[in-house]
Formats: sequence, C-alpha cells, structure tokens
Amino acid sequence: MSTAPHVVADDSPVEKAFTDVRPTSWWHLPATTTVMGLLALVVFGLRGIPGVDSAYVVVHESDLNPFGLIPERIVVSSMGGAIALSVIALLASAALWVLHARSARPSARARLTLIAVFAVAWILAFMTWVISQRTLDVTTLLQGTIVLAVPLAFGALSGVLSERSGVINIAIEGQLLFGAFGATLVGSITGSVWIGLVAAPIVAMFMGALLAMFAVGYHVQQIIVGVVLNVLAIGLTSFFFGSVMSDNPGLFNAPMRLPTLRIPVLADIPLVGAALFEQNILVYLMWIIVAGLTVALFRTRWGLRVRAVGEHPKAADTVGIAVNLTRWKNVLLGSAVAGLGGATLTIGTGVAFGEEMSAGKGYIALAAMILGRYHPVGALLAALTFAFADSLQLRLGTMSAAEGGVSIPGDFLLMLPYIVALFAVAGVVGRVRVPAADGQPYIKQ
Amino acid sequence: MKLELRGITKTFGGFVANDAIDLVVEPGEIHSLLGENGAGKSTLMNVLYGLYRPDGGQIVIDGTPVTFSDPGDAMDAGIGMVHQHFMLVPVFTVAENMVLGNEPTKGGLLDLAAARKLVRDISARFGFDLDPDALVEDLPVGAQQRVEIIKALSRRAEVLVLDEPTAVLTPHETDELMEIMRQLRDEGTSIVFITHKLREVKAVSDRITVIRRGKVVGEADPSADQAELASLMVGRQVSLAQDKVAATPGEIALQVTDLRVSDAAGTRTLDGVSFEVRHGEVLAIAGVQGNGQTELTEALLGLQETVHGSAKLEGQELVGRTTKQVLDAGVGFVPEDRTHDALVADFSVAENLVLDQHDRAPFGSALAMKLRTIRENAERLIPEFDIRTESAVSAVSTLSGGNQQKVVMARALHRKLALLIASQPTRGVDVGSIEFLHRRILDERDKGTPVVIVSTELDEVTQLADRIAVMYRGKILGIVPGDEDRDVLGLMMAGYSVEAAREAVAAGARTTDSQLADEGEIV
Amino acid sequence: MSTLEAAESGSAPGVGAGSSDTPPPPSESAETALARTLQKIARGDLLVVVMSFVFAFLIGSVLIVIANQEVRGTLSYFFARPTDALSAIWQSVTQAYGAMFRGAIFDIPGYTRAAESVREAGGSGTYVLLPALSAGFRPLTETLTVATPLIIASAGMAVSFRAGLFNIGGTGQLIAGAMAAGYVGFTFELPIVVHLLACLIAGVLAGGVWGGIAGFLKARFGANEVISTIMLNWIATYLLFFALKTSAFTGVNQSQPTSPSVGDNAVLPLLLGSGFRLHAGLFLAAGAAVLLWWLMSRSTIGFHFRAVGSNPRAAQVAGISPARTSFLVLAVAGALVGLAGAVHVLGTEQRLTEGVAGSLGFDAITVALLGRSGPVGIVLAGLLFAGLSTGGRFMESNQGVPLDLVQVIQVLVVLFIAAPPLVRTLIGLRRIDHPGAAARVRGARRPRTGAEKVAVTSGAPGAAGTATSGGPPDPHATDDTDPSSLEGPTPAADSSEDRTDAQEEER
Repeated sequence: MSTAPHVVADDSPVEKAFTDVRPTSWWHLPATTTVMGLLALVVFGLRGIPGVDSAYVVVHESDLNPFGLIPERIVVSSMGGAIALSVIALLASAALWVLHARSARPSARARLTLIAVFAVAWILAFMTWVISQRTLDVTTLLQGTIVLAVPLAFGALSGVLSERSGVINIAIEGQLLFGAFGATLVGSITGSVWIGLVAAPIVAMFMGALLAMFAVGYHVQQIIVGVVLNVLAIGLTSFFFGSVMSDNPGLFNAPMRLPTLRIPVLADIPLVGAALFEQNILVYLMWIIVAGLTVALFRTRWGLRVRAVGEHPKAADTVGIAVNLTRWKNVLLGSAVAGLGGATLTIGTGVAFGEEMSAGKGYIALAAMILGRYHPVGALLAALTFAFADSLQLRLGTMSAAEGGVSIPGDFLLMLPYIVALFAVAGVVGRVRVPAADGQPYIKQ
Repeated sequence: MKLELRGITKTFGGFVANDAIDLVVEPGEIHSLLGENGAGKSTLMNVLYGLYRPDGGQIVIDGTPVTFSDPGDAMDAGIGMVHQHFMLVPVFTVAENMVLGNEPTKGGLLDLAAARKLVRDISARFGFDLDPDALVEDLPVGAQQRVEIIKALSRRAEVLVLDEPTAVLTPHETDELMEIMRQLRDEGTSIVFITHKLREVKAVSDRITVIRRGKVVGEADPSADQAELASLMVGRQVSLAQDKVAATPGEIALQVTDLRVSDAAGTRTLDGVSFEVRHGEVLAIAGVQGNGQTELTEALLGLQETVHGSAKLEGQELVGRTTKQVLDAGVGFVPEDRTHDALVADFSVAENLVLDQHDRAPFGSALAMKLRTIRENAERLIPEFDIRTESAVSAVSTLSGGNQQKVVMARALHRKLALLIASQPTRGVDVGSIEFLHRRILDERDKGTPVVIVSTELDEVTQLADRIAVMYRGKILGIVPGDEDRDVLGLMMAGYSVEAAREAVAAGARTTDSQLADEGEIV
Repeated sequence: MSTLEAAESGSAPGVGAGSSDTPPPPSESAETALARTLQKIARGDLLVVVMSFVFAFLIGSVLIVIANQEVRGTLSYFFARPTDALSAIWQSVTQAYGAMFRGAIFDIPGYTRAAESVREAGGSGTYVLLPALSAGFRPLTETLTVATPLIIASAGMAVSFRAGLFNIGGTGQLIAGAMAAGYVGFTFELPIVVHLLACLIAGVLAGGVWGGIAGFLKARFGANEVISTIMLNWIATYLLFFALKTSAFTGVNQSQPTSPSVGDNAVLPLLLGSGFRLHAGLFLAAGAAVLLWWLMSRSTIGFHFRAVGSNPRAAQVAGISPARTSFLVLAVAGALVGLAGAVHVLGTEQRLTEGVAGSLGFDAITVALLGRSGPVGIVLAGLLFAGLSTGGRFMESNQGVPLDLVQVIQVLVVLFIAAPPLVRTLIGLRRIDHPGAAARVRGARRPRTGAEKVAVTSGAPGAAGTATSGGPPDPHATDDTDPSSLEGPTPAADSSEDRTDAQEEER
C-alpha cells in the first residue's frame, strides 16, 4: 500500500478551454454597427441638405474661458460634417470586424473603446444633420440631460437594490409616481419644499411595502405584482388628483421648486459646468447615492449578504442570513430611492403634480437597470444615455419653429430609449447576468 | 460534544417523514446514517440544522436540550453541515463564500485579506490546495465540496454532517474524503455520514444507524454483513448481483465519429468523441457528472446548438437534424433528469406518455389531438410498465420518482426503436424499481436494439454494460470491456488513460472498497 | 438574457383562488368537477373571492370618504356632532356605489322616468314596459359594449399566460390592431362585409406582428418577453402619436390628432338599433372565448403552448421547439389582442385618437388573471370589470367621484385574490390551513392541468397550501428536499432528484 501511487484530486479551477469556436452571436455587434453606420452615411450625410452649416454653441459669455481659448461657436458644414463623422463611425465598425476576425475573444477594453468611438461619432453625425441651418446650445443640452437623467437613475437604482436581493421590481413606475405625488402633497400642505423632499421617499415606500408584502411575504408572482401595483399607483394618485387636489390646488397641489445650488467657479466651466455644478440637491444626491451604493454593494458586509440572497438564498439561509428580511429591507430602500426620483418630477422641476406624470419613466428606468447590468454605475450611464435622447428631443422641439432644416418628429426621439432597450434585451450589447434567484420567492419550512 | 436526537418527528402535510427517531452521536465518532433515497435521512439532518422545525422530539447537546430556530443557532451550537447540493454562491470567490454570514470587516468594509488568510490556513491543515480568489463556479465539484467542508470547519463545527457527500466524487476522491473524515474524527470532531451506499458505510463508519420509511430500523457496526445491511435498508431480501445474459452483438448500428460540441460562449464541451454501438449491445458511458456526457446525448438528440462531426444511425446522419427528426428516426431517449428534462409535471400521465408523439398518428394530427387514443394508449402502458398511478389522467407529479421514471421509460420504449439512449436511467429510484428498469433495458437489448446508457454510478455501469466508455473533460479516455476492474474505471474517471490506470492498479493503487471486496467484506 | 429568467420559465405557477373556472378537462366526469367545487367552497376559496371583493370595496369606500368635500367639512366638527359626519360618510359611500350599480346594470330612475313619460302619453301594459325596460337596461348594454374588446383582449392575454409567457404588451398590440383596422377602415372604400372583414383581418395581422416581434426576439435572441413587450407598448404609443400627426391618418384636418370616422361598411353592425352602442363585436367576444377553449384543450398547438409553458425543457426534449412555440404564442396572443383593438375601433370608437387604447391593455391583464385564463373565467371577469368601469363613469358624472376609483378597486381585487392567505388572515380564517386540509386540497387540485396555469401566485404546484406563511409545507417536500427550489417558480434542476426521492417515500 505504501508503494501505491497516490492519486490526488486537483483543486485548481477548471480552465475554460477556449477553442477557436466563436460565440454564436459574435457577429451581432459588428453587423449592427455597420448597418447603423451606413444608415448614417446615407441619410445624415449623402442625403443631407447641401451647402448649409450646423452650429454648436460651446461656451457662454459668463463661462470661464481664459484668453478665449475655446471658440464660442463651432460651425461645420452640415453635409460635410455628417459625412466625416459617419465615416469615422464606419471605421470604428470596421475595426470591430477586424477585432472579431482576428481573435475569437477580443479584449473587452478594445471592444468597449471602439463601441464608444462609434457611438459618439454616430450621435454627432446625427446631430450635425438634424441641426442643419440652425444652432444648438450644447451647455443647455447637457444640463437638460442631467436633469432628465435623475428620475431614471433613481428608478434604476431602485431596481438594482431590489433585484440584487432577488425581487423583480417592475413597480418602479409606481414608486416614481408615488414619490412625485408625496413630495407635492406634503410639500404643499406644510408649505416647505424640504419637508416635501423628505416625504417623497416615505410615501414611495408605501409602494415598496406593498411589493414586498405580496412578492416576499405572500409569494405572489413578482412580475404580476409589479404590473398590478403600477396600475394601482396610477389609480390612487389620479383619484386624489381628481378629487382632493383639484378641490383645493393651493393647499394640496401647489407647484414648488427646490432651490438650485450653484457651486461658484466650478459652475463656470464651459460645457459641463452648469450641468454638473448648477443643479438642485437631488442631482448631487444622485451622484452620492450611486457612489455609495457601488461601494456598499461590492465592498461591504451588507452588500455581500444582499448579493448572496439574490444569488442563492438557501445558501444565505444556511449561514444564518435572514433572507426574507433582507429582501424586505432592500425593496423598501429601493422604493425610497425611487421616491427621490419621483420628487425630481415635481419639486425638482417646479411643477405641480399631474395625472400619470411619470409617463413611462419607470419602465425606461427598468431598461436602464438591465442595460447597466444591475450595477449602480452602469445604471447611471444608461440613464444618462436615455436622458440625452430626451434632452435632445426637447431642444429640437424648441428649434423646429425655425425655418428650413431637417425636421424629425419628436415622437421618434421619445421612442428611442424604448428601441434601445429592445435591442439591449435582445442581447446586442452582450449577455447580462441576472441574479440567479431573481424572481424566486424563498419559502422556509 | 455529544449529540442526541430524541424522538424527532417531522410531518409534511399528512405524510410522516421522520417518525420518533432517536439518534446518539458520541464525541469523535463517524456515525453513518444509512437509508434508501427518500427514507428520511436528510429531513432529519435539516431538522438538526435548524432548517426545518420538528413537530415533536428534542435535540440534546451534552445533556442540555436545545432548540434551533434557524441554521445560525445550529452553527452557534457547533453543528456544521455539508449539504448534498452545495450551499455555495457560484459567482462568489472561495474566500467570500467562506466568510459569508460571518464576515471580518475593517473600517466598515469587508476585510478580504483576512478571509483569504482563513482559507489558506484551514486548507493547509488538510493539505487542500484551494485558491481563495477562484470563483466557486469555476472549481471542480470535488474542490467545491472541500470549500463546503472548510466553511463548516471555519465556524468551529464539532459535529459535522455530511449529506450524501460521495454522490459527485470519483472513487479516489471518495477515498480522499474518507481520509479527511478520519483525520477530523481523530481531532475530536464527530461526523454524521449520510449515504445509501453500503460500500462506503462499511469502509468508514464507527457505527451505523439504518433508517427506513422515516423510522430507525436498526443499528449495526461496520463488521455487519453487507447483505444483512441491504435487506435492513430496503426492508426485504435483495439480490445484489444481477444475473445478466451475455450480449450477442450484431452489425454496427450507431457510428459516432469525431463529435464536437461547443456552448454558446464558444467553450468546447465535447471534444472529438468517437465510438460505435452494435445491435444488441449495451455501451455504457461512465464518468463523473459534468464531463460531457450530457452534451454527448444531447448532441445525438439534436438538442445542442453547435455540433460538428458525425453520428450515423444505420447510415443516416443524425447531426444537424432537429430533435423531432431524430425522434422520428426511431431514437428512444430517456433524459438524465426526469423532472427537468422529461416530464411536464402538471400534465397527466396520459399526456406525458405521448409528449413526443402527440402530433402524429395515431395520437393526433398537426391540428388537433385525439384524446381517446391518447387515453387508451395510457391504459395499455400503465399495467405493462407497472406504473402505480390513480388513473391515466392524474398529473404525473403525483407519482413517486420510480413511477415517474417508468413513465419516461414507457414513453421511450413503447414503439419500435432503432436506438435507445438512456441517461441515469435509475437515478433517485428505489431498489425495486431499479431492478425492473434494468430488466426492461436488457430486454430491449436482447430484442436487438443498440443501447447507450449514461451513468455516473459505477454499480449501474458494471451491471448493464457490455462495453464501457469512460468520459473525462469532454473526451472518451478509452473503451473497455464490461467486466473491467472497478479500480481501473475509477482511475479513468479521474483522468487516467486505460494503460496508465491499469499500470497504477497493478502497482497497488486500490480504493478502500475494492480492498474490502478482496477481503470478502462486500460484494 | 432574460432578466427575469426565473419568472419566465415560471412553469406551473399555481394560483390562489378564483371565482370561476375553466371547464374541467374533458376526460373528467362532471361529478369530480362538482366535488372539486364543493371542496373549494368548503376550503374557503369562494369565501376568499367574495371577501376580496368586500375588502376592495371597503378600501374604495375609504377613498370615497376622503375625496368627499362634504365629509371633510363635517369632520372638522366631528367631536361636536359626530352624527353629521357619520351620516355624510354613509351618504357619500352609498350614493357612489348606488350610482355605480345604476350606471352598470339597471337604471331604476331611468326606468321610472321612461315608464311615466309613456303613461303620460296614454300608454299602458307592454307599451310601458318595453321602452321602460330598454331605458332601464341601457347601462347593461353599455357594460356589454365595454366588455366586448376587453374579453377578446383577455383571451389573447390568457393564451400567453397559459403558455407561461408574461405578455405585458396588451397596450401595444391593441394599438397596432386599432391602427391597422382604423387605417383600412377610413382609407379604403370597399363593399359591405368585405370592408369589415378586411379591417378585422388587418387588425389581427397587425396585432400578431406586434406580438410576433416580441416573440421573435425571444425565440431568436432569448430576449425576455416582459421587457420587450413593455418597450413595444411605448413604441406603439409614440408611433400612434406620430401617425396622428401625418395626413395619412388625420385626413384633411391635420391640426387635430384624430382620424376621420371609419367607412360605413367597415363599422360593426349595431345589435339593438341606433339608440344603443352594443354591436356585433359581442359575437366575436364569444367566439374568442370558444377559440381559447378549443386552442388550449383540444388543439395540437395548444398542447405545445401548455407544454412549453409548464416545462420548456421537457417540451424541447420531446421535439417541441420552445423557440418556435414562444414565437407562436406571442403572435397568437397579439393577434387576439389586435382583434380586440380592431373591434374597439370599428365598433365602439369608430375613429382613432391618441387615447384609443386607454387602459384596455392593462385591464385585459387583470381580467385574464382574475378569470384564471380560462374561457368562462375571462368572460365573467370581463363582464365584471366592464360593469365596474361603466358604473364608474356614471358615478363620476353623477357623484363627482373620479373614475380612477374603479381602477383602484379592480387592482385591489386582483391583489387580494392573488394572496388568499392575506384574506384569510384578515377574516380570521387561518385555522383552515391545518396540514391535513392542505394535503387533501392539494391532492384534489393536482390533476387539473390547464386551469391553474395563470400565474397569480408563484410557486410550484401546491403553492396554495404552502404560500400561507407558517402554514403547512408541501407534503412532497420531504426527505433530501430543497424546499426553496421546489417552491420557486422554476423547479431548479438540482431539486429534481430529491423531489422524486421524497415522493418515493410516499408510496
């Protein structure tokens, strides 16, 4: 026996034997970008309006601009600019083909860089085409983007919080609506916009509590609960809007606005100054919450436990983590965050509450969460992208009064986030790894 | 620590899973809990671990009665458990899994350095070689099990419960596990070893408690006669050795050449597999689970996306066909996981029996189904395959596992076959049904049908096979005769080639159970 | 991708309780069906349904009270004269619900008025009765009119739910159907019958295509249908907004976002003359229910739908392609919802507006859930919800209570019915859940195949028993069993072995 060869098991990770076989979906991305690039070349470039210019206002007079280094306006030939930008986009797309042709598994960084180059060039080509003969104020565009991103980002973070713990959150729309409703109602009654700001997450938590009660407590199918709760939120808020609020709008539904907190000097930075440093507290809160949540989810005990509950609840249970309690807490926390997003719609922008005023933003937030791969930073980036489309649509809407130029219906730009989301779920941007236990109730004996 | 379970009763609905069970685990002993699938072993241990609340009885530790309301309490009391299905988060690293629920922190953040050190320290104690930063999902099952063990030990478990730990291991890994168990015992940890495998019980136990139908039916020590233990466990005399008539192989029926399969990510899961199966012979595919067997059968059935190479059945190419076409070519298929792959739980027995034939004559057309024919078909097959069900319209989920398996088998066998592929034909099935199912498979072989059996159970492989192909990491390491030495098969399952395995065995690399067999202790 | 993977393969979702049932599988005798019904009543299922309505209306009452200015006025001196407040509360609630009944089913004042006017004109006997009854039952015909597209759309939803797919895309499919039918209706001049058929077919095709897009994305790329159908809703909505700004859809008057009326030949014929809006779409609604029954219990494709819905993997192994099936499911569901859109435009609305879909798409989901996706169930639930909304409309104009109350009540009913344990807790009926009862009930419920498939509560078969927190566990979850995976919507792969082990023991 002592002479017997000892057979030792191998504990090293099984190396994934990558072969020359490509993932079956490898061509989706390059093909999509190529088609889009050609589209840009033809529609934005070759079929553009010849002989006119597109102007971008980059710097305002009051901005920091030492020695006038940066030109106030950048003017390019509409057709020429769009063609040049389309060609850049096509080059990026060609590079993607090359990248994929050379190796079955290209580096993620190279891929992402090329995608970013493509996206920026394509969007600029589009903008150059669409503002032919007109002028676009980029500073305002970016400032609008941030403002519009806030409700989406908060909504997406609500999704991240609850889905990371394993509860599907379709009810973001309802949470946003309740937040908007609560902020105005309480703000109006108390006459303090700040109390309204505090009230928004608390009121939205009512929606979260209902979601948790039915999804976690009573194991009702979570998608159904979410959809139904959205209808409930619309019904309840519209009911009060149509009765109590319209009976006495001065007392119950007065438009209020959070003050803009301008950070001196920084706010004067050209292009991004106003967008980043001349906003209300909700915008600053958004940055803080995204950063805080990222650290909390991936670097703390709480985050490890939350992710364990969302991935393998029974394993979490066997090490003494209270699965359903964790889920309750996360859903509530998430709805509170979404409530802040809702507050943006009313007291953040200074309008009174209106029926169904969330208008599908909760669903865009859902898409942002998925596109952002259940990661706070990703969700924020996706929200910013969607908000950019919305902001652009608003700017173009104000410009269309001008004579001539290209006019594209705002409805299509409004549709854009949903189309992008559709492509996203179809996996054009790569597979998203969903928390393994997402949507599965945990039932203890 | 002395652990006593006194009169533990646990009922589920009207069904008694544990009926006043008494069990005493002395400090520093390996106590085996032996019973068939579904005898109530795991329920008992889940009660002990605080996952289930008992309906009666008490748990006593060192003379003090305790109650556990959740696993946290049990862990605090010094009870650790290695679950049959690992309680590890696949996307976490080894270190993260180790500390989950008991995390060291530094300045409010996770202290992963401390967690890594913990992993290294405990692995060093047992000679494991675990990388703290490896993702659990990338580890082989044997290593995952070791993560589970050190996870329990890191919480200072004094009683360690191992629930069917050998089901996923090669014979040599099993031997290593037993070595670890002995080492732990010698250090003073008590071990409760749950299994239904007689060989292992005899090899490692200090004491044996046999459970049947939720009751303790006897205690034994490891010197007890194997046949005696078996009949205690099953409740009647069982013949451990199957009598099998030798095969009379005919022409080559299935010719598989250089079959390759890749998954969606492009990883190759089946790598150049070639073999042939003749009429009237059983080729068994042996190997530890997850070495490409699933992909092999699914590739033959047209269930895999990316398949290269060729598989010719009677000269007809199967690769590139849809599942429906393959089934129409006369292939009968028993998938490895009946609940997941074979049965629609809330469909009736009758519907499940025609699941793959429902849209063709005589059971229906492309437009509508013939409910009467479907029912008559069920009423014919139910007695023929001895399926115990209330009626043909009962949902198949109301049947026991063995009877569900008979439904799957009846579906595959009730028509004339050109090839039978059966994966894990008796997994989780009681002894009586195993005998019946094996008999049906051999009958089919004797009718001249070529048969491919995939099984991770060496016992089953040696009982059915005329030839055995051993798979390891997507390749066939070799094809050996059906009566090959078990130790050689065991080594091949661990990645040895036929020659290397035979040499090693000749040089004395024996597993404990084959040594016991040599001494006439077990069959 | 399937963000909501768990839910999507939500095979065999159990259900809480229900007012109505699909017909039992044909092979079962009437006796067992009766026995089951009795058992259900005994167990409290019927009670749960009734109480769900009671609670929903109670909460609705609270809302009415809050919204009522008079009540708020009397509350200010509540402690001085509580009777004022109490009577104001009673008044506001009874008047609101009274108006709802009057607006939904039978208009008693309308009946009396019509009868008197005839009498004044000197009529008597049947001369009085007929016009009086027609005035009295006018609300009921209105309810039937509203129910017509609702039932058809619910039939579409039911198809997808029974196939385990969460089609949230009712709104989009409805808009697609309505746009196509409307466009054909007001653009072309075709002969009688032909024009109507062309419009209906256009609606069916457009809805089918719209559902089919989600189906294609799921089949080809594995895109989760919940997300894609939601997104398609909004895409369709903005497409409609856009279309109503183009001259192709608005006709001459381009400033108004409404289309011209559909041609006379394209209108669904009225059933009760020009005084009533009830139209021939009612027959299509009945047809849709029958189609649902045939499709799901007799047809081969329905067998595929159910098999894939319950266990897509097993279906695939048996040669049924889940990808192809899920495409077909969503296309068929979309086609039915598209038909509903067509009927809505050709019968009730007769023109396209921005709000043509209203909340019909989501209402269809709740109706299908309440009707448990069975043909009889959706007809009953559709009539009920239609009654609530026509009644609600009258209540709004008559009592000033916003129509949204109805939506709230409908949703509350669905929520309560989805969580029977909640209702039982509220009425103190928890003891019904002792283990034996659950086991028996479970046994009784088990054999039914289709009827339980609507995903109201998640969980594997038997969820009704186990969903009760602290209640009895699944009797099958015994030895070697992982209850979480058993109970979860997806029977996890690894639990299968144990599950059968456990069942072995039962024998």
